[in-house]
This record gives sequence, structure tokens and C-alpha cells, in this order.
Amino acid sequence: MNEESTKNSAIYRKRLLSNRIGLTLSLAAMALGLMALAWILAILLFKGVSALNWDLFTQVTPAPGTPNGGLSNAIVGSALIVGACTLISTPIGILAGIYLAEYGSQSKFALIIRFLTDIMLSAPSIVIGLFVYAIAVAHFGHFSGWAGSLALTLIAVPVVLRTTDNMLHLVPTPLREAAAALGAPKWKVSLHVVLRAARSGVITGVLLALARVSGETAPLLFTALNNQFFSTDMSAPMANLPVVIFQFAMSPYEDWVRIAWGGALLITLSVLALNVLARVYFRDKVQQ
Amino acid sequence: MTTTTSPLPNAIEVKNLNFFYGKFQGLKDINLNIAERRVTAFIGPSGCGKSTLLRTLNRMYSLYPGQRAEGEINFYGKNILDAKQDLNLLRARVGMVFQKPTPFPMSIYDNIAFGVRLYERLSKDEMDDRVEWALTKAALWGEVKDKLSQSGLSLSGGQQQRLCIARTVAVKPSVILLDEPTSALDPISTAKVEELVHELKADYTVAIVTHNMQQAARCSDFTAYMYLGNLVEFGTTEQIFFKPKHKETEDYITGRFG
Repeated sequence: MNEESTKNSAIYRKRLLSNRIGLTLSLAAMALGLMALAWILAILLFKGVSALNWDLFTQVTPAPGTPNGGLSNAIVGSALIVGACTLISTPIGILAGIYLAEYGSQSKFALIIRFLTDIMLSAPSIVIGLFVYAIAVAHFGHFSGWAGSLALTLIAVPVVLRTTDNMLHLVPTPLREAAAALGAPKWKVSLHVVLRAARSGVITGVLLALARVSGETAPLLFTALNNQFFSTDMSAPMANLPVVIFQFAMSPYEDWVRIAWGGALLITLSVLALNVLARVYFRDKVQQ
Repeated sequence: MTTTTSPLPNAIEVKNLNFFYGKFQGLKDINLNIAERRVTAFIGPSGCGKSTLLRTLNRMYSLYPGQRAEGEINFYGKNILDAKQDLNLLRARVGMVFQKPTPFPMSIYDNIAFGVRLYERLSKDEMDDRVEWALTKAALWGEVKDKLSQSGLSLSGGQQQRLCIARTVAVKPSVILLDEPTSALDPISTAKVEELVHELKADYTVAIVTHNMQQAARCSDFTAYMYLGNLVEFGTTEQIFFKPKHKETEDYITGRFG
């Protein structure tokens, strides 16, 4: 009996030790990750806040050495390009996701689409930029906001599609059967019951895609390019935050670099605000 | 093989029904009649095919490729296994309530209205009346009348199950199938649902699958005992519980087996 318990305690102590080692390692990993994030945010705040002023929102990007420059053209351009991308990619992604989860399921066609989507998810964005350059920009002979939206759409659709597919798979089968048992046709079951049950997950997917594309630079360099004037013409070259940040941050001019920091902070804050807003919105929904 | 023909009119007549999950045969040559405006209970050990039989009656199995039924199921004289049968129309007439409560992610009101809107165009007042009527039928109106706009998911398990029954009743089907409707509920909610089943048979034909033999004894008029995909014995509930003809039925009912 005594012998047995000594043996047990040796095993127990070993387990305790490995638990401690494991816990320490995972805590260290977490700290490392959080530190990187905190560092980025701190520097952004430190350098960006000084650039945040009224001019940033009302003035267009300045020529080097001109005072009172801002980012109004880039902010509006980004909003238009990303907005158009969201309007196009959300319905396509969600409908395709519904097809995969509810109709295609395990069919060969659906499996191929899923595989291709996974490849698209990890495709380097510069390749997508070059692709759109070749089919749209080179074809029409000029850069444009639409081309930029198209490039971002190619990046966003796989994200929305895959999240929708995954979220719909989480909806329990009895819910589908219950709706079908009332005599509801399949499309109504999918749209009114299954999609609704997975609503918060699907919207999270859309927000994820939005967050992803709003910081993309490479695809826009080849497509929307830039425009130093205020323009809402989507068929002409268009200023946008990522490309302006890229050009200004690389420049030797001090006020350009300052504006670039302001733009970077602006993108980060808006993505953050988007996420917080979504979380608060859904927390209220759940409490209802 | 036993077939009891009751003097009552039959809502459903099952003839030589065989059912297959791919290569596995889940039901073997089933013959039975389900009497109109009566409660027919299906009992038997797990995997005996009672749920499978229930799911053939509204063709629920047709949602899944690889599952098929052979034979005849006549629903008021019309064979619903016919390839030309419109499944949505059939399911609007043969409603089903499931083992676990499955409220839709919408308000209590819309949970009821969803099914009604599929086949009827009602004015706001008519719909309000229908919702109240269905919830009253399901003995839930008093508990939810002040919170109809709240999510159906906010109700307790027992309330959710009664909501699901109300939802099924609301479309005014002629047959209601209940697949172990109380197995996820506490005894008080179970008693309420059983009472409900008793009241439903005034207007509806009810078929109920249950693991609980007392439940079958309490609320059914006819009982079918199934084992390994066979219908072992079928008769009035009184006869099955007090004078079973088959040794297997007696063993199961007295708890010597199963």
C-alpha cells in the first residue's frame, strides 16, 4: 500500500513538473505575441497621434514641403474601393458558401471549389494585383478604382466563402430537419433558418475580409495606383490609404512621413473600431 | 407479423414497407395502420427502427441520399412513396416534432408564423389570432404572451419543446409525428407535453415514438412493439400492455429485456 503510494507520488510529481514547464512555455509564447502587438500599437500611437488633426481629414495629399496637407482624397478613395469590394464580395461569398455547405456538401465539385478557395486564401496578394493588372489595367489602358476593387474582391471572396461554409456546417442538422418538416422548400430552409442561425459567424467572416483588404497595398499598387487630387471617379486612378502610406513613408520629406504615420494609425483604428462595434452589436443580440 | 385493423378510419396505411440505409436494412416488411384522431405509440429498444418508421411517414429520409424505402405508405389513400409526391406539401400535412427542441433563431411569434407563411397569406390580425391559437393549443400562451418578440432561444427547454409543438400545430397538419418528444425534458415538462398529446388527438392523428413505456401506456390508444427492424406486435395499448400475444413483447414490457 505504502509502496504503491510512493510510486504514485513520483508519477504525480513528474506530471506536476511537466505541467509547470508547459504552462511556462505557453505563457511565454503569449507574452511574446502580445508584446509585439503592444509594441506596434504603442509606436503607431506615439508617432501617429501628432499627425491626427482636422487637416488630415479635409486636405488632399500635399506636394513635398507644402504645409497643411491631409489625406482626404486617400480616405475617400479607400472607402470607395473597399466599399465597392465589400458590396460585390459579400453576396458572392455568402451565396457560394451556402452552395458549398447546403447543396454541394461532399460532392466532387464542392470539394474542388473548397480546395481552390483554400489556395486563393493563401495566394500572395501581389500575384492577384499583377493578375488584375494584366486583365483589367493593361486591357483598358489605365489604372482605376474599379480595378482596385476587383483585386480586393478576389482576396475577400475566399475569406467570406470559407467562413460562411464553416459556420453553416456548425448549424445542427435537426434545425434543418425541423424547418423542412414544416414543408419549407430547401432554399427557404437555407436562407431563413440555417443562414440566420449562423448569422453572427458569417458577419464575422465579412468583417475579417474587410479588415484583411483594408490594409492590402500590393494589389492596389498595380490597379488603383494613386491620385494626388480629390476624386470620386472609380474609373480613374484613385488615391487610397495603403498606397499613400507606402509612398509617403518611403519618402525623404518629413511632413510626408508624418502624414504616413497618421494614415497608418487611421487604418488601424478603423479596423479596431469595426471589430469592437461588431462584438458589442452581437453581444446585445445574444442577450436579447 | 401482426396487422390490426381497427374499426376507425385510417389516416395512414403502411403496406410491405422495407427501408434501407445504403445496404443496411432498417425496416423489414412493415404492415400497420394508423387510425385517424388516435394516438399510436411506437416502442422498442434503441435501433429497432421506430424512429426510422416515423421518418418514412413524412419522407424526412429523402433529405439524405442513400436512404430509400420500398413498399407502400398510403396517406388517405395516396401512396406518398410515389416519386411524384411533392415532399413540401406532404410535410405541411404531416408535421413532425423532434427529440431535442429546435426553436428557430427568431422571435417566438416568428417561430410560429414561419410555417404558416409558407402556405397561407394571412392579414396581420389573422396571423396574430393564429399565433395565439397555436400557442394556446400547446399550453404555452399564458407563459409567453407578454414576450412574443423575444427570441425563441430564450425559453426553457420544456417551453422550447412546446413552442415546437405549437409551430407544428399552427400549420394545421392532419398528422403529427412526435419523435421522442420528451426525452430531453424534465418530469414536469414531460407531464405537460403528455397532457398536450392527449388533447391533440381531438383534432389530429398522432404518432409518437417513445423510450418510456409508461408514457406509451399513459397517452396512446394503439401501441406497436418493434425489434430489429421488425414489427413484432401491434394492437390496442390495453392489449399490448395487459395481454401481449408474443413472448418478446411481454419480456420487453415487463422489463426482462431491453
